Amino acid sequence: MSDAALARGWHFRRPSVIPGFGLTLGFTIAYLTLIILIPLSGVVWRTTGLGWTEFWAIATDERTVKSLQISFGASLIAALVNVVFGVVVAWVLVRYRFPGRRIVDAVVDLPFALPTAVAGIALAAIYAPNGWVGQLLAPLGIKVAFTPLGIVVALIFIGLPFVVRTVQPVMEEIDREVEEVAATLGASRLQTVTRVVMPGLAPAVLTGFALAFARAVGEYGSVIFIAGNIPYVSEIAPLLIIIRLEEFNYAGATAIAAIMLAISFLMLFVINLVQAWSRRRYGYGT
Amino acid sequence: MALEATSALPDRSASANLSGVRKGRYISATTESPATKAVLIGTALIFLLLFLVLPLAAVFVEALRKGAGEFLASFGDPDTQAAIRLTLLVAVIAVPLNMVFGIAAAWAIAKFEFKGKAFLTTLIDLPFSVSPVISGLVYVLLFGAGSVLGPWLKSHGIEILFAVPGIVLATIFVTFPFVARELIPLMQDQGTGDEEAALSLGASGWQAFWYVTLPNIKWGLLYGVLLCNARAMGEFGAVSVVSGHIRGFTNTMPLHVEILYNEYNFVAAFAVSTLLAGLALVTLVLKSFLEYRYGDEIAASKKH
Repeated sequence: MSDAALARGWHFRRPSVIPGFGLTLGFTIAYLTLIILIPLSGVVWRTTGLGWTEFWAIATDERTVKSLQISFGASLIAALVNVVFGVVVAWVLVRYRFPGRRIVDAVVDLPFALPTAVAGIALAAIYAPNGWVGQLLAPLGIKVAFTPLGIVVALIFIGLPFVVRTVQPVMEEIDREVEEVAATLGASRLQTVTRVVMPGLAPAVLTGFALAFARAVGEYGSVIFIAGNIPYVSEIAPLLIIIRLEEFNYAGATAIAAIMLAISFLMLFVINLVQAWSRRRYGYGT
Repeated sequence: MALEATSALPDRSASANLSGVRKGRYISATTESPATKAVLIGTALIFLLLFLVLPLAAVFVEALRKGAGEFLASFGDPDTQAAIRLTLLVAVIAVPLNMVFGIAAAWAIAKFEFKGKAFLTTLIDLPFSVSPVISGLVYVLLFGAGSVLGPWLKSHGIEILFAVPGIVLATIFVTFPFVARELIPLMQDQGTGDEEAALSLGASGWQAFWYVTLPNIKWGLLYGVLLCNARAMGEFGAVSVVSGHIRGFTNTMPLHVEILYNEYNFVAAFAVSTLLAGLALVTLVLKSFLEYRYGDEIAASKKH
């Protein structure tokens, strides 16, 4: 019946006996508009109000450029580290059985659950020159806390679960028979893993990378305690937004926010493209 | 470290296979040699220890550095107690609102087919891709002195920014998608068959929801609420922008941690942090328990 109704012409929704469509959709859209869409559009509105020359002046200001470079650069490094170790962690959790595996699996989600400010002061304490790890690195001449390296460490902490939790379910679905076929055809284990298993995981790894990167770019709480926050050296873009706000320089804060929003929406778009591609190519979308 | 291990893999697995055959033991062709396994497990554990476990342990060690007395004394501070109360208040308002929204959104999206559904789902996920600092900034631009609403609010004596309503709003913004995101895939999997049966047997729409849908989704809902609450109580960036940091009034626990830390009052900062770390641990334990016990009844995907 519903197909016939659909065939007769354009319908906003397919007929259904389930009640409550108007109520729930109406509430959803109203709440979404009030809480998210109107406030977010304020940023766009304010940015267009700035005028092109003022916006360009803020966007090309050396401190703005440096902070964006630091945010995106550190996020890129952290996301790459997370891809390597995230895939290893996911592999170990999916393929091997060892005592305490369940606990390790639960620990991976710690960055989702631990408030970022707590993570920030704890990381600063550990990686400070007199901290547990910092004092081991100090004789080697490596300083982590209060340097750009500290930013990377905090962003690795924040991003790890995104890679593991995106790759893990896909890894669980891998058909072991394919690996057996590769082995019977004479492939070494290394060849099987790199040429048979990994290509199928590529979209999930890419999505995990993008999610970890996107989260790292916007991260504030865990970074500011360990970064040192030296302008032009270890000052991240979200911190610069707050500094501009505290100077009542709303134009400056808005312009930096608009740049960051534009880039993160672009990332969101790319993630959706990767997932659509992966659904067509591999039959799964993470 | 991991790369070295895998590059040495072919020889090792070959010899392991041979010795396995000689001793009459079977080694699967679809797994790695014991040595490679050990290296990979070791790499993963050391990485997790360095980046995840040590920070958690550091919170408790630093808090107790000067003994239990000073640790406990930190909680006697009235400003600390006010921060704890405010954090609880914010979570009590923000979490139920997002829960009701999550149920409504999941009902509309999972139980019906309509145009623009994919777009609506993307919009709901939007707050996840916005920096927490920007989530706070949007409310400053909306309600601040330079905005359209600002002067009107001021003339009517309504305080939103640098007051509790602003903190609640910013918290709702950052925790917005949590419940909806858990429920949408779960309710899509469950389909509409159960509700249609209930309706055909004479149940009202409300009865169908209360007696059929809600029992079906209760564990998924609890899972979503748990994650939403953890984020609501721990949010720092967004709240920091709108709070104004007035001690005893607009300071939540994470903000109070920052103030204490910046005053070099490390024991108190880490003491307050132990409460938040404890909350994180409880969240993780409950979350793992729900996944273990009711894995089929919470969403198919466990990611966020």
